[in-house]
Amino acid sequence: MSALLTVKDLKVSFNTEDGVVHAVEGVSYEVESGKTLGIVGESGSGKTVGTLTIMGLTRAANTQISGQAIFDGEDLLSASEQQMRAIRGDEIAMIFQDPLSSLHPFFTIGAQLVEAIQVHNKVSKAAARTRSAELLTMVGLSDARDRLSSYPHEFSGGMRQRVMIAMALANEPRLLIADEPTTALDVTVQAQILELIAELQAETGTAMIIITHDLGVVAEVADEIAVMYAGRIVEQASAAELFANPQHPYTRGLLASIPRLDRDRSSGLDPIAGRPPSLIAPPSGCAFHPRCPRAFDRCPAELPPLEPAAAGSEHLVACLLSPEERSVKQ
Amino acid sequence: MSAADPLVEVRELEMHFPLTRGVILQRQYGAVRAVDGVSFSVARGETFGIVGESGCGKSTTGRLIMRLLEPTAGQVFFDGEEITHLGRRQLAPLRRDAQMVFQDPYSSLNPRKTVGSIIAEPFIIHREARDAEERRKEVRELMDRVGLNPEHYNRYPHQFSGGQRQRIGVARAIALKPKLLVADEPVSALDVSIQAQIINLLQDLQSELGLTLIFIAHDLSVVRHMCDRIAVMYLGKVVELAESERCFSEPRHPYTGALLASVPVPDPSISAAGSRPVLKGDVPSPSAPPPGCRFHTRCPKAQPLCSQQEPPLSELPGGSLAACHFPLERYSSSS
Amino acid sequence: MIRYILRRLLWVVFLLFAVSFVTFVIFYLLPSADPAVLRAGRQANPALVASIRHQLGLDQPWYVQYGRYMKELIFHFDFGFSYQNGVPVRQLIFSRLPASISLAAGAAVLWLVIGIGVGIIAAVRPRTKLDRASMGAALVGISAPVYWLGLVALYLFSSDIGLIPILPGANSYVPLSEDPFSWFTSLIMPWCVLAVSFAAFYSRLLRGNLTEVLGEDYIRTARAKGLSERRVVFRHGLRSAITPIVTIFGLDLGILLGGAILTETVFNIPGIGRLSYSSIVRSDLPVIQGTVLLGAFFIVFANLFVDILYAFLDPRVRYE
Repeated sequence: MSALLTVKDLKVSFNTEDGVVHAVEGVSYEVESGKTLGIVGESGSGKTVGTLTIMGLTRAANTQISGQAIFDGEDLLSASEQQMRAIRGDEIAMIFQDPLSSLHPFFTIGAQLVEAIQVHNKVSKAAARTRSAELLTMVGLSDARDRLSSYPHEFSGGMRQRVMIAMALANEPRLLIADEPTTALDVTVQAQILELIAELQAETGTAMIIITHDLGVVAEVADEIAVMYAGRIVEQASAAELFANPQHPYTRGLLASIPRLDRDRSSGLDPIAGRPPSLIAPPSGCAFHPRCPRAFDRCPAELPPLEPAAAGSEHLVACLLSPEERSVKQ
Repeated sequence: MSAADPLVEVRELEMHFPLTRGVILQRQYGAVRAVDGVSFSVARGETFGIVGESGCGKSTTGRLIMRLLEPTAGQVFFDGEEITHLGRRQLAPLRRDAQMVFQDPYSSLNPRKTVGSIIAEPFIIHREARDAEERRKEVRELMDRVGLNPEHYNRYPHQFSGGQRQRIGVARAIALKPKLLVADEPVSALDVSIQAQIINLLQDLQSELGLTLIFIAHDLSVVRHMCDRIAVMYLGKVVELAESERCFSEPRHPYTGALLASVPVPDPSISAAGSRPVLKGDVPSPSAPPPGCRFHTRCPKAQPLCSQQEPPLSELPGGSLAACHFPLERYSSSS
Repeated sequence: MIRYILRRLLWVVFLLFAVSFVTFVIFYLLPSADPAVLRAGRQANPALVASIRHQLGLDQPWYVQYGRYMKELIFHFDFGFSYQNGVPVRQLIFSRLPASISLAAGAAVLWLVIGIGVGIIAAVRPRTKLDRASMGAALVGISAPVYWLGLVALYLFSSDIGLIPILPGANSYVPLSEDPFSWFTSLIMPWCVLAVSFAAFYSRLLRGNLTEVLGEDYIRTARAKGLSERRVVFRHGLRSAITPIVTIFGLDLGILLGGAILTETVFNIPGIGRLSYSSIVRSDLPVIQGTVLLGAFFIVFANLFVDILYAFLDPRVRYE
């Protein structure tokens, strides 16, 4: 089955006053219809820039983009701005982290929803308003008709994120990109939103890319997970496989360093040493080597390719260690 | 559950922020009841966690303990002395013994001061280490102890990463070897891989200096890891107060149960979507809390009594305190 | 909202009282010259001066004078008479008002269009030559004094003394009711001169605001919805960025309606500005009071109007 979205060797860099920022350094992945890809990474990993670039939202004079992002047979990276505008909000939709700042403070919820509908559909305002009310009901907001006249600041964080989801799904996109959709929300609200997203996805069959730094979130919703570090994917596997059998020292380090409710309290936290790398002057060879407890002499010199962890496996790792060496406890 | 000689004690603590109307004559028409009757004590050397979601009043409670705010009702005791209504001058000596670390490492450090002068400031204010040379030595030692390079004495905050800035904040806080350290969401703004470093640092410093630590956070996993006892807050009140392990394995208040059930665990076999009970609704406004038990509007176990009578925080068999008319049964972690 | 407006109106009354009192006190206690002496003219002898003083009521204690003034003002809308020539102040003011309004309104339209236009262009093309050039020009526009600009304009374009005589020069103002075409042409230079510094300031202000707004998250959402760039900039961006401009515009216009003294002087336009200047020089207290009160009135109302307008523009603002 051919994938809905195929990203091949995506590279994005920005020219800034301090130097060239290499935000994304050759990322490839596929998203299949109806499935969810989770991209996990910390700040500076390139996870957000990558998806913004797929949407065409990073095009600027000081930005270099190369590679391909094939959606429905068309390469989004070389599409015209006009073509991209037809796709954005219609075929591919995006929701962002902070729902308060992501909604225009001066326009009613109804106005913003109607706008999202009308920009891609020739329908009357009344019809768009009816559809907007339907959408709000779909995302679990009661009194939908009345809510259309409310302003974003009158809603709580969870409600605003529901509005963002409604807006994103208004035109039944085939792919939804969710960039840290629950990070700014309280944990009980986060659970509600994740449940909502999962329900809607099952109903509509929308594929999803969810970007997060929270391994718990991605365990809950993702079918396939890609772990990013310093602009590259360092490990990629199905969710079950990744958590059962993490291979890359960074992934293992992350899993060991977070306190977990399902683990014994007495097991201490094992932090990853050092700090996230500079994207202007990244470390040579494997970008993780300065912080890696298993680094050896080849690591600063060679860039490890993203390859199957074992012959024929779908589990990919970018590490110079052999499979036997990797599975030794760190 | 309270120790005989606690370092910190709060009794029926209240902080109501008035809501006013009017330009010339300001009339109060209501109040945001940020903290609405909170009582607990913290033993010496203990790590005490205050956990809750936004608007529950945990940060305000931390500030009240530090007397950065004056409570509108109730009492605060520190080291046996009542400090509830002390003036600024009387509070000055308190500041040596109680210090705070804040959430946002990007705005809690003065960008115009060098790191060295930021950490040296407590010495100057409290007239310790009068000699500049001696101060510099102390500051360098502190920087080393928190994991910073002492050579960076003359750098400015913006030259450091978030995690390092948080270390600067910690160094400043422990400069005069305080008895109490209040950490208000110290790791929430940091990357995941850095959080563990700071958590470990706080734990190491605590055992080294014999600190009493009050740890305020919304992240349950972190709080469970760090704390001996935990207070769970909801809408300005403490709904559960228990030893950490018991709180998480045998929560008694339905809200605690819901909080625990909401946290996604990094294990797909446990955390598959739809497998956990999800709490409905939003947190009510702290200016208009629901009558009776504040949680009753969202509680899956609510009964008519709950909206009429507010349950007091009472001790339950097993040792936990919970404010609930129908606490959860033991040996279950969800309703 | 109604209650808010009513409270503000009470403030307006109070403020106008305060302004009139302060003006009175200043000119009573620190007159630049004795108006009776000025009125008496060349052949002044003490007896004449004394009789004029009595005529004008200047020999009464200050509170009596102030009381009489306020009584006439409130009950009869009578601003008194000019010490200089006995003309009713109200007539003086209202006859001069159209000129000031013409000047202010025309300049306002011009500076809004230019300022906002340039601001938008500079904001959507940041750091290009166009942006730098327009902001540089704006800096010059803000720095150049308006009277200097006026004199230079006259020197260049005035039909009587200019190098390129294409526009009517100073003294050429004609009321709208008399001759619309001449009215218009006589005001072209004053409008441009007066508008320059405001347009410059507004363009810089808007550029700054709009640049900041275009970096906000909701702009990113708008683009992600697939909206055209034009719609993003105008409907989403400008809408947010324009609100501080609206506030400032109201205040600027309010101040100008009370008389643009320098511009009116350079171009000899018979407006409130010139009137207030000449009355100050002659210590003509009733006229001074009149112009000051008028100026205060415009500013205070502009303030109130702009605040109310803000509540309509920004739904987060709610007045109790």
